Amino acid sequence: MAAKQKPVTIVVGGGLGGLWATLRIVEAGYPVKLFSLFEVKRSHSACAQGGINACMDLKGQRDSVKQHIIDTIKGGGYISDHPPVKTMCEEAPGMMRTFERMGVTFSRTAEGLLDLRLFGGVKNKRTLFAGASSGQQLLYGVDEQVRRYEDQGLVQKHEWWEFLSIIKDEEGRCRGITAMDLRTMEVTAFPADAVVLATGGLGLVFGKSTNSTNSTGAAAARVYKQGADFTHGEFIQFHPTGMLGEDKTRLMSEAARGEGGRIWVPKDPTDLRDPRTIPEGERFYFLEEWFPAYGNTVPRDVASRAIWKAVKKMGLGIGGQDKVFLDLTHLDKAFLRRRLGAIMEIYETFKGKDPVDHPMEIFPAVHYSMGGLWVDWEKDENTGGMKIGSPRNHQTNVPGLFACGECDGMYHGANRLGANSLLSASFSGRVAGESAGSYLKGLKIKPVSQAVVDSELTRQREINQGLMASSGSENPYALHRELGDLMRAKVGIERDNATLDEALDGLEELQDRAENIGLGEKSGWANASLPYARQVQDMIVVGKIIAKSARMRDEYRGSHYKPEFEVKMPEDAYPGDPKYDDYIAKWKAGNDKWLKATVASHTPDGPAISYKPVDTSVLPPTQPRDYR
Amino acid sequence: MSDKKIRFEIKRQDGPKAAPYWQSFEIPYEHGHNVVSALMKIRETPVTTAGQLVEPVLWEANCMEEVCGACSMRINGKPMQACSTLIDNLTQPIKLEPLTKFPVVRDLMIDRRRMFDNLRKVKAWIDLDGSWDVGTGAPRISPQEWELNYSFSRCMTCGCCMEACPQFGPDYDFVGPAPLGQVRLMNAHPTGKYFAADRLHAIMGDGGLSDCGNAQNCAEVCPKEIPLTTAIGQLGRQVTVQLVKDLIGG
Repeated sequence: MAAKQKPVTIVVGGGLGGLWATLRIVEAGYPVKLFSLFEVKRSHSACAQGGINACMDLKGQRDSVKQHIIDTIKGGGYISDHPPVKTMCEEAPGMMRTFERMGVTFSRTAEGLLDLRLFGGVKNKRTLFAGASSGQQLLYGVDEQVRRYEDQGLVQKHEWWEFLSIIKDEEGRCRGITAMDLRTMEVTAFPADAVVLATGGLGLVFGKSTNSTNSTGAAAARVYKQGADFTHGEFIQFHPTGMLGEDKTRLMSEAARGEGGRIWVPKDPTDLRDPRTIPEGERFYFLEEWFPAYGNTVPRDVASRAIWKAVKKMGLGIGGQDKVFLDLTHLDKAFLRRRLGAIMEIYETFKGKDPVDHPMEIFPAVHYSMGGLWVDWEKDENTGGMKIGSPRNHQTNVPGLFACGECDGMYHGANRLGANSLLSASFSGRVAGESAGSYLKGLKIKPVSQAVVDSELTRQREINQGLMASSGSENPYALHRELGDLMRAKVGIERDNATLDEALDGLEELQDRAENIGLGEKSGWANASLPYARQVQDMIVVGKIIAKSARMRDEYRGSHYKPEFEVKMPEDAYPGDPKYDDYIAKWKAGNDKWLKATVASHTPDGPAISYKPVDTSVLPPTQPRDYR
Repeated sequence: MSDKKIRFEIKRQDGPKAAPYWQSFEIPYEHGHNVVSALMKIRETPVTTAGQLVEPVLWEANCMEEVCGACSMRINGKPMQACSTLIDNLTQPIKLEPLTKFPVVRDLMIDRRRMFDNLRKVKAWIDLDGSWDVGTGAPRISPQEWELNYSFSRCMTCGCCMEACPQFGPDYDFVGPAPLGQVRLMNAHPTGKYFAADRLHAIMGDGGLSDCGNAQNCAEVCPKEIPLTTAIGQLGRQVTVQLVKDLIGG
């Protein structure tokens, strides 16, 4: 009898999620083929600056895991399934201990213990950090462990390969992938028994964002087109203070507002004088005027919407453009250097101006997608959390295909708390890896038929050949810019149905035009335009999911803001007041109607939207958020 | 609108074995351009200054925030990160070349696999029993020690130090400064120390620490200002102690 063959597992993507998944699959006894567009160490996880949340309770504040759960669920507008959130928060401290053992250089207290900082939307210090490069440090920690297993022959890296599709067998099970070698441009099929997708966010769908140039969402779109559902697509987080750039909008930390930065525009938008010479009386400090209690330190979403209103609705952007000032110049220079040195350096590096002397120019930037591939989970009836080790966890609706990290839509609901993304990336990767291990253990299936493999391979090769041979008139780079402009203008911070309908029409048109792409590049070696063109085509698919999901949700929840349907909390009214009770009744009616998860499924006519109930067993939504 | 331009001389190469050649490009000046954003502009309609439509220039970029290490290239002769190099700070025409110490893939894109292989060679990791929680973290680390460690842990394997090092290159075995910095980092970790001898042995033979010619270029060009020469000095002392230990069978 032939020796029993070890199952083959494939992980696509080598950020925090993919690397954690890789570690846990190897530790379950299965070797991993790890695919990435570039060396995994260069993944977008490296960009996260702030930190990672876990209740370590080291600051004498009696912080509790329960409070972390509540903050995450409430912050997300209650709309993510609660049990997985519960388990993520419970497991977070253990994961931090593991990261520390990996050698992650977490910042230290005077006693040499893990230091914690305060982050937005919470009352207690709960955020571990590593200088100003927390994501980079966490990524390197797992990267080194994966390299250790690579050295033992347990991980085989395929870097500079682009994932193109999954191979689905006759029963609809995921049986491997096709991928393109980004140097030889050769498309190859890799049969496998389980596939974990950890391909990150989709900021590039909006053209400019805080994301890396490879965060296109294309991989998620590819499996979506092959039958994997996409959930919470409408929920996109904007960061209020993005630095404007020709190439991307880089993040300016909210600490700049926290330490006294003031946001303003000249009252006359055509006033192009040096901002420092504009007299106080001719400036409009709109946050301070509209929100006297909080002024410039209103939460992220409120700040983003206010800037949007000032610029887009009132036409007050500086010089008629999409920008406002974030001004530190009135603050003491020594204070600024001490408190904001690292942050101001970033601005100076990329803008060439020192914020101590020059008001910064900023505008809200697309930052994070709460939505992503729908993934399953199994409830543990004893704990009320997610049942660790279940093969259902993080499995998409395509059997054998798992998803984790920003490309899944499990944890953040309608809005993500700061420093929860590094946590969900790590935790979901770990769980997806463990889940894939459980799945493989029980697996008894025949080898995938060569016919199935060949047909997918042929399909992918034909797409490439078509693009290489095309003399179409559309430039993929220009098309991408148009897509980004459309998405930012029409599927942005403030939404209304008429504009979203326009967006959907516009996307339809872009999709047609994307069929007529001509590559200005004929090289058969390391051709960059071919994968770019395919990514643009798939980014349009993602754009349609986002726009359609947004079009269908007629309410205001978290990052999804449709003013027409906003139920406003009455000012100066508290429980007991009939005015307040009336508001609560309306709020509850809204929840009865909309506390459900959007699910987008691919059809030839575009996304079909359905809804799934949300498990709200951990924190039943009886009260709205009230930060007064 | 002024007719100010940004001018580039770019060294191109169609493949690893092809002969290099130069082309010039120019784009309208806009304030705030960095080298990558300018290359993106050129990419859309790659027409040379001579008016010839050519294949787009290939280069590598990812985070655009100087944390991923992808976009290393020689800019006006110096190895730098293209994303954080502002046009306003450069003399024109701006000369772009691929790093010379690594094989060229195409144009400005190079293959830095050797750097990652070297990280394996020197065992730049902590030996964990496994990536599960064992109920305890690592031992304490003082803030002073943390600060030193943190400077080394920011190494993004960009290769600028390797490019500047006279002892590193296709014809030499020298492991290079970046992996040595990682040995320094791992050997300083409270449990990483347990296997310090293995890492030291990995850098004691041919191509190891003793190949360093002490040119000190590495620390000078590092975009993250990592004190690589300090690391090399410290490793020198560690290696000496290890040699004695090996000799007396310690």
